[in-house]
Amino acid sequence: MPLLDINGQQYAVDCDTSTPLLYVLRNDLGLTSARFGCGMGQCGACHVLINGRSVASCDISVEACVGQTIETVEGLTPPGQALHALQEAFMQEQAGQCGYCLGGILTSARALLRHNPNPSADQIKLALDLHLCRCGTHQRIVKAVQRAASVLRQGEV
Amino acid sequence: MNTFPGADERVAHLDIAPTLAASPWLDLWVRFEPGERVRLFTGKVELGQGILSAIAQIGAEELDVAYEQVDVEAVDTDFSPNEGSTSGSRSIQEGGEATRQACAQVRQIMLQHAAKKLEVQIDDLEVKEGFIHVRGTDIGVSYWQLAYEVDLHQLVQVKAPPKDRQHHRLVGQPLPRKDLRDKLMGGGFLHDLTLPGMLHARVVRPPAVKARLRVCNDIKVLALPGVLRVIRDGSFLAVVAQREEQAVKAWRQLSIDTQWDIYESLPDMDALPEFLTEAPHQQELLHDSPANRTDAVSISARYTRPYLSHASIGPSCGLAWWHEERLQVWSHCQSLFALRDEIAKLLALPREQIVARHGQGAGCYGHNGADDAAYDAALIARAMPGHPIRVQWMREDEFAWEPQGPAMVIDLEGAVDAEGQIVQWSQSIWGNRHIQRPGRRPEPGFLAAWHQGEGREMMPPVDMAMELGGGSQRNAVPYYDLPGMRVLNHAVTEVPIRVSALRALGAYLNVFAIESFMDELAHQSHQDPVRFRLRHLSDPRARAVIEQASAYAQQHWGWAPEHAIGDGQRGVGLGFARYKNVGCYAAVFAEVELQEVVQVKRVLAVIDCGEIVNPDGVRNQIEGGVIQVVSWILKEQVTFDRQRITSTDWESYPILRFSEVPLVEVLLMPQPNQPWLGVGEGVTGPTAAAVANAIHHAMGVRVRDLPLTAQRVVQAMP
Repeated sequence: MPLLDINGQQYAVDCDTSTPLLYVLRNDLGLTSARFGCGMGQCGACHVLINGRSVASCDISVEACVGQTIETVEGLTPPGQALHALQEAFMQEQAGQCGYCLGGILTSARALLRHNPNPSADQIKLALDLHLCRCGTHQRIVKAVQRAASVLRQGEV
Repeated sequence: MNTFPGADERVAHLDIAPTLAASPWLDLWVRFEPGERVRLFTGKVELGQGILSAIAQIGAEELDVAYEQVDVEAVDTDFSPNEGSTSGSRSIQEGGEATRQACAQVRQIMLQHAAKKLEVQIDDLEVKEGFIHVRGTDIGVSYWQLAYEVDLHQLVQVKAPPKDRQHHRLVGQPLPRKDLRDKLMGGGFLHDLTLPGMLHARVVRPPAVKARLRVCNDIKVLALPGVLRVIRDGSFLAVVAQREEQAVKAWRQLSIDTQWDIYESLPDMDALPEFLTEAPHQQELLHDSPANRTDAVSISARYTRPYLSHASIGPSCGLAWWHEERLQVWSHCQSLFALRDEIAKLLALPREQIVARHGQGAGCYGHNGADDAAYDAALIARAMPGHPIRVQWMREDEFAWEPQGPAMVIDLEGAVDAEGQIVQWSQSIWGNRHIQRPGRRPEPGFLAAWHQGEGREMMPPVDMAMELGGGSQRNAVPYYDLPGMRVLNHAVTEVPIRVSALRALGAYLNVFAIESFMDELAHQSHQDPVRFRLRHLSDPRARAVIEQASAYAQQHWGWAPEHAIGDGQRGVGLGFARYKNVGCYAAVFAEVELQEVVQVKRVLAVIDCGEIVNPDGVRNQIEGGVIQVVSWILKEQVTFDRQRITSTDWESYPILRFSEVPLVEVLLMPQPNQPWLGVGEGVTGPTAAAVANAIHHAMGVRVRDLPLTAQRVVQAMP
């Protein structure tokens, strides 16, 4: 039975090891922030962090994830605690319409802010460029990431 | 076309909101619940546009409770009021108004009871956060205390006057969306719903638009792990498995092990305008006013748009469960009651035996695959009683099988006299009608129903009447004061590709064509595009948005209307419309930069949508509308060969990315005393025209076929 390290917890999952990580996260573990968009790694809706890199979970097997560190949006805010600065910044900017793309976008933004605490708008756009948003919420999302960066730099978390 | 039932005869004499008159019991709309909470019921659904939050805001305002105290229930056909479909930018006018009137009446009833109980006059009372108290004292009673004594299961009695706008504390404020937090935490969607013992299904769609299933060899598929069942009904083919990834594998295998008779039924993609103008059609004269005698020389132009995809980020999903003698269905569609009734019709069930519930999906910009996925699930659930079934469409199926926004052709001819006045305007429109929603025609409205059994031909879609907003003819008649105006629609009855409502329907190309042609006429008669429009426009609110936008572009963008042609690289253009000629006013400026690609650098939208419930919500809708249209106009078209749609992933159907989006500035014209006008689709046409006019301004080149790619700009160069 494959053992997965997700958001600091160990999960044993009972499935074929070729199963894409996305389905295990959503259907076995109830971690639904990664969402099915294309199943081809083209849209970004299913992104999670694997060893700190933002990758498509529809495109990677459970087998390939064993022994890796997986992080999802659910890990940002421990149950019962205030929203993480990144999510709070999205609330402040009201950076969402339907919100379907946001799980993947929060994931890539999280990866970006870890290695670049003060990104320019262009750097944010570049980091999010493989994420598709159909509602047209892009400029709010960029502002939200900038706001989060600013808050995180001031250590207000 | 409103699909909600007519007024209940007991309240038909009241001049109240139509959907409230159709569902006149107050407790269908408002309930007071323990924990000092208010639950509102609506027939409108959340599509990502923020309507449930706006409804909460309106309800909280009228009831004098806090926004945070209000929950709005998602539509459930067992108990929600039927308000037809959530479409046409009408939700605030219809659903918002019904909520406002219901809440105003409930507040009045509660005040009457409180006055009696406290032995004071109503005028001595005020309400704060649901606590009714005698002004200047803390003596009072709360809604929740009164709720034990006052039965709200009563008919609407009067049209209760809504609160005086001067006393608004919530309507007009940029309150945060109620659903966003949950979505930021990872939840919030129908796609996330799991039911006990739920099974996963996939549908194998035909490999061509017109195809018949000949042989399906399911031996291999049934031997795959977890696969429970292959369901075949004519050319409808589905597979059910324990786990989702097993269903996906089985779907792939089944696609391989199936043989189809395939037909060539699609027109030549490169000759679409010819196809549309030569296909059989119904002709209708939309406007005909006498022309003055003129010797002015006319000019003419043809504008075209391709088929466009809704391209929601999440493909459609539907759940169904035949449980305890009832069929329960979950869908992210726009009209749950029509969905329920259509399923009832097709499955030959009494509609009371079906309940349809709304769950949120990815952004919905019109009639996409949502209803179809729900019917897929219903069909499979019917075949497997007791098992909850979840159908998730694959990305390639969403692109290939959801209804597309129809292709269109518009020919314009017009003339300007020596005084610079338009003296002739002749407009012809070709294309399918735009509405194929379930329940709008006697024929089945779901994709799978066309494939079941012997199969059925796709029927032509319909339009609403012009006065209800039209479809292909939406915004076909210019909002300008023009003599000698003739507008003729040719509704094509051959439907090679499945089409239905996409944001703004025909208004997208109609406004694009009208506003491009206004610029062409202005240019030809050496007039600046702003003054040229204003001299043909009498509605002061229409003039105001254009004047405001022009002033802003001159002041902040350095735009000069008298400079007809820019520097060859940078250009600024204007587009204007009043949506449906009765909705919101929008004047849009776009600035483009032409290098190897066409880039839209910034867009200004000036909007008058009457009274504003939530200015941030309006801005969000406008920003999104602008960006989506910039995507349509620069990049998008559904591609196909003679058999099938070939744009079936995000590489073959690219949309605008983060690095490509323009800066969008929104200016809202305050109109606190004017009725709500709706806002979701208002910038669609004006934005498109503004971009085309900006390209002309930059280079003197007119591109009339969409999308406006760099290649087309080069081709248009002399």
